[in-house]
Amino acid sequence: MPFQEIINIVLPLMIVASAVIVVALKDLLAAAIALAVMSLLLSLEFYMLHAPDVAIAEAGVGACLTTAILIFAIKATRRMEDGR
Amino acid sequence: MSEPSKIVKTIASIIFPFTMVFGIYVILHGHLTPGGGFQGGAIVASGIVLLLVAFGSAEIAKRVKESHLSILESIGALSFISLALLGLSTTFFYNFLAGSNFIFGRIPPFGSNPGDMNTGGVLPLMNISVGLKVIAGLSAIVLVLSLFARSRKQRKR
Repeated sequence: MPFQEIINIVLPLMIVASAVIVVALKDLLAAAIALAVMSLLLSLEFYMLHAPDVAIAEAGVGACLTTAILIFAIKATRRMEDGR
Repeated sequence: MSEPSKIVKTIASIIFPFTMVFGIYVILHGHLTPGGGFQGGAIVASGIVLLLVAFGSAEIAKRVKESHLSILESIGALSFISLALLGLSTTFFYNFLAGSNFIFGRIPPFGSNPGDMNTGGVLPLMNISVGLKVIAGLSAIVLVLSLFARSRKQRKR
């Protein structure tokens, strides 16, 4: 089996796995980082599907800016275990 | 949440110039390679956001004001529209610079070639103005959000 077909099978599975990890994680900061990983894998998949334009936009906006916005939103909250 | 560690700050200040150079490369080569104004602007804005996350919003807000970013965004939009209006002697968005031997005005050679930077007419200038607008807009969004989150946290204390 050629290398490209293996990548095209493995990458969507990894995307789905990281999306499930995002939902399963209890820690919000870890979930945000897992979402960034999912976005990065998605941009790699766009690149494999011959859409480098969309891949660059996805890597810039999805992996970096969205993560930063989520981190700032989490910074303004408090953990429930810490009490009030 | 505590202050980011020294490792985060050092790595962020090492990576920042490379991010800037790559983003400006994507903007300037928008008419030759994949990417363009929006993609390059998103990369440059992500570099600025990296500094914002690593060093804290108070440190960045001392140097970059939100009103300056707003002015930059307006300059980008106005230059895009005025470049489109300059070709109005023929049609709206007419490429009046192509083939004029002025800036970005060379005619590209026929057939497959490595790509000449000095071609494309009005398109590179439009890419630059769109890039300016995207840089200013996306950085302003995250900067204002971080300042708001910080002031809200201080009020709670």
